[in-house]
Amino acid sequence: MTAAPAAAIAAAVRAGERSASSAVQESLAAIAAGGELGAFNAVTAEAALARAEAIDSAVAAGEDPGPLAGVPVALKDNICTRGTPTTCSSRILDGWEPPYDATVVDLLNAAGAVVVGKTNMDEFAMGSSTENSAFGPTRNPHDPARVPGGSSGGSAAAVAGGLTTLALASDTGGSIRQPAALCGIVGMKPTYGRVSRYGLVAFASSLDQIGPMACTVADAALLYSVIAGHDPRDSTSIPEPVGDLNGALAGDVDGLRVGVVSELCGEGIDADVLARLESAAGALASAGAEVGEVSVPAAVFGLSAYFLIAPAEASSNLARYDGVRYGLRVAAPGATDMNVATRTAGFGDEVKRRIMLGTFALSAGYYDAYYGKALKVRTLVTRDFAAAYERFDVLLAPTSPTVAFRLGERTANPLAMYLSDVCTVASNLAGHPAISVPFGSGADGLPVGVQVMAPALGEDVMFRTAAALERLLPATASTHSAGAVTKGTAP
Amino acid sequence: MLTRTKLFSASLNSFGGEPNSHIDSVCLGLPGTLPVLNRHAVELAMRVGLALGAEVRPSIFARKNYYYPDMPKNYQISQYDRPINVGGSLELPSGKVVGTVRAHLEEDTGKSTHVGGAGRIDDAAWSLVDYNRAGVPLLEIVSHPDLRSAAEAREYVTELRATLLAVGASDGKMEEGSLRVDANISVRPLGSAEFGTRCEVKNVNSLRSLGRALEYEARRQIDLLSSGERVTQETRHWNEDTGRTSPLRSKEEATDYRYFPEPDLVPLVPDPAWIERVRAELPLLPRQRRHRLAAATGQPPARLALVVERGQDELALETTEAGADPEAVLKHLEQNLADGTGRLTAAGLAGLITMEQSGELTSNQVKEVLAEMVTSGESPATVARRAGFEAVGAGELAGVVDRIIAEHPAEWQRLRAGDDRERKKMQGFFTGQVMRATKGQANGRDVAALLADRAGS
Repeated sequence: MTAAPAAAIAAAVRAGERSASSAVQESLAAIAAGGELGAFNAVTAEAALARAEAIDSAVAAGEDPGPLAGVPVALKDNICTRGTPTTCSSRILDGWEPPYDATVVDLLNAAGAVVVGKTNMDEFAMGSSTENSAFGPTRNPHDPARVPGGSSGGSAAAVAGGLTTLALASDTGGSIRQPAALCGIVGMKPTYGRVSRYGLVAFASSLDQIGPMACTVADAALLYSVIAGHDPRDSTSIPEPVGDLNGALAGDVDGLRVGVVSELCGEGIDADVLARLESAAGALASAGAEVGEVSVPAAVFGLSAYFLIAPAEASSNLARYDGVRYGLRVAAPGATDMNVATRTAGFGDEVKRRIMLGTFALSAGYYDAYYGKALKVRTLVTRDFAAAYERFDVLLAPTSPTVAFRLGERTANPLAMYLSDVCTVASNLAGHPAISVPFGSGADGLPVGVQVMAPALGEDVMFRTAAALERLLPATASTHSAGAVTKGTAP
Repeated sequence: MLTRTKLFSASLNSFGGEPNSHIDSVCLGLPGTLPVLNRHAVELAMRVGLALGAEVRPSIFARKNYYYPDMPKNYQISQYDRPINVGGSLELPSGKVVGTVRAHLEEDTGKSTHVGGAGRIDDAAWSLVDYNRAGVPLLEIVSHPDLRSAAEAREYVTELRATLLAVGASDGKMEEGSLRVDANISVRPLGSAEFGTRCEVKNVNSLRSLGRALEYEARRQIDLLSSGERVTQETRHWNEDTGRTSPLRSKEEATDYRYFPEPDLVPLVPDPAWIERVRAELPLLPRQRRHRLAAATGQPPARLALVVERGQDELALETTEAGADPEAVLKHLEQNLADGTGRLTAAGLAGLITMEQSGELTSNQVKEVLAEMVTSGESPATVARRAGFEAVGAGELAGVVDRIIAEHPAEWQRLRAGDDRERKKMQGFFTGQVMRATKGQANGRDVAALLADRAGS
């Protein structure tokens, strides 16, 4: 399925040339047909159709519904929607319906977008394959035997499979970019604080950011520009206004200084992925960019720091799921017993693993050695990236060390799964923006993503580089046989 | 603290109300919600800090992690290693100075009621939770171990409360929990420089309880040491009914709170101009008011605590400045105006004291006039005239005395010839007769002088 870009849909709806209802109906039909992907936890068909009709009425009345008029958008199921269950793909939130909409949902509504449903994810965004879901895994539209990546695998599969035009997801250590790469779409993590976290169920508060997933860089930029901006309800929100990105998308890369991060191009990165990265670097150079290698020494320690800081914050953030106020409650004789029984039944293994890890890292006697040291590494990562940005405008790296792996391939080995995030966590630790752009295919014809990283608030130059890569792609040959992208059915 | 809304959300901060009527998504810690710091709470915290002479510093919030059903997030947002106020001290009326370590901001928890069983959380039939209090702003003020007796502890809390009230940070109502005290106490042998092992006493809900709990706990610790046992560091619960403390948890059982910086909030760095504005707007503090009145009256600050506490120091100052005898001014405020000064003016009080000291009014009359002045705000002369309290002239009084003596010759004989006891009794009799004849308007000293003169003694 070749979906129309969001910009085209919105333009047609605003001009009265097509109806929002038809766009939404198409999406709902595709969702129904693509059920075997397991991309959605909930489809809000009725509400979506009602909203599409309201948009069509508004257009008929001469009103402008906004820059995303009639565009179907899916939401990762950790983004709160009033009156619609928000589960984080966990049993512990069983039956909970938020009494409020996340700020990004308010912004989507104000821009005329239509939310079509909530997408599957690794439970509480902890994972890299969307296999850690209480509702079963999501499958990769390019090969149903393979994972879509994670934790935002549902959003990625929904966009890649043409079930929705756009999707929002969250990225704590690569959860937007890695599945985008594995599913062959564009996924972007904004500068920390650029998009409000109000209404995003927290995993690791100092790392979480909501960001767009789309088929094209322009659509990702469009969705980003709708959700970005200051929100007084999020104290970590950045007050500076968001600039216009249209110039960036059209801009060239002549003279742009592009650094390829050597530490992220070595051991552990598959050859087919590295080949596509080299191809991307070469394409940028041929377009006039000054491409060089850059060393970011602390980048390799990022993963260890990430797997202490994120679980530490998670151990505290997830403490509220105790069966007292909402969600699952497993009855037991006393209050403490009830807490334990509820959490034991409600959380999956990976979530429990990280709660234990994080609790340990923060414990008296261990804090300095683990959490404290991880914070120092985080400072080093930020410093090393700052040094790199003195010499380069953007940095280039793989998004994922491998193409999409098979379902079940890494579930028995958490450490192997954690390595999926090795190229992406640094941007979260530093709070910098980064985007994954599809750049051909690797082994088995599976998509490969290239990651463009930029300094804080450098979304402009990041999108400029990403748009250029997108334009340059057809001119580059894939190192592996591209093959026909299979949009198969489940085996 | 006296804010309109909670520390991190828009729900009302008000005592009482239907359970769970002052709540919202943020103070309930619903998934996805985020805290936003209340600016007014920060300002009140700074007022207290500056009143204590503390340094207002850039600070950060931390999470204090522990499970309890009345804590919606199962962590409390507090300040840990970088509190907003550092250092400072509080001077008590006695002149003793108690150091303060810090005064930091944190959110309150909700309130649990355990029903059935022994009333404890894990054996109750059920528990009811009211989240109205959850997220209410608190300021925790930690003092140095400078207090040496239960009385001093009470004096410290009294002075602290007066200071909090003066700067408008709290209503100081211990019975409503808006001022709570955790009292740490240790004992040591006379002459020992080292502090003993301390215990923390919780559930002290009034000044009286504070005194009782500390007296009890000091005695308990002394008894332990006297019988060769050791004091265990622990938290103890004060039981108002039994008048005893009992162990709550030992140091070993203490929760590991796993503090770490609250990632949902940014560092709190008050603008220096803001701090200076708050400092400049501070009202006169109780200590300053005592010293000001001490300078004007020549009295020690300790004596002036009551007058300052009642807010009568301004009137005392003005009355003294109007030329009244400071001792007489303080005496009236301390003894006759406990229920307030109403419409009494400095000029009025000064005038009344003049009339009293010149003998124009008897002490009983002064009290009556003063009470009327408090109600009406009139001058003492006006009130005295209306009440018919014009002093009996010296000549008129002598006539009355002579007439009474003539009317009671037998009694007069007993006064003149009797022993000391008899004479005193008869003096009382004649004074009473004179007072009755003058409707109490005679000056007692003048009557005594006339009787002595006539008796020729």
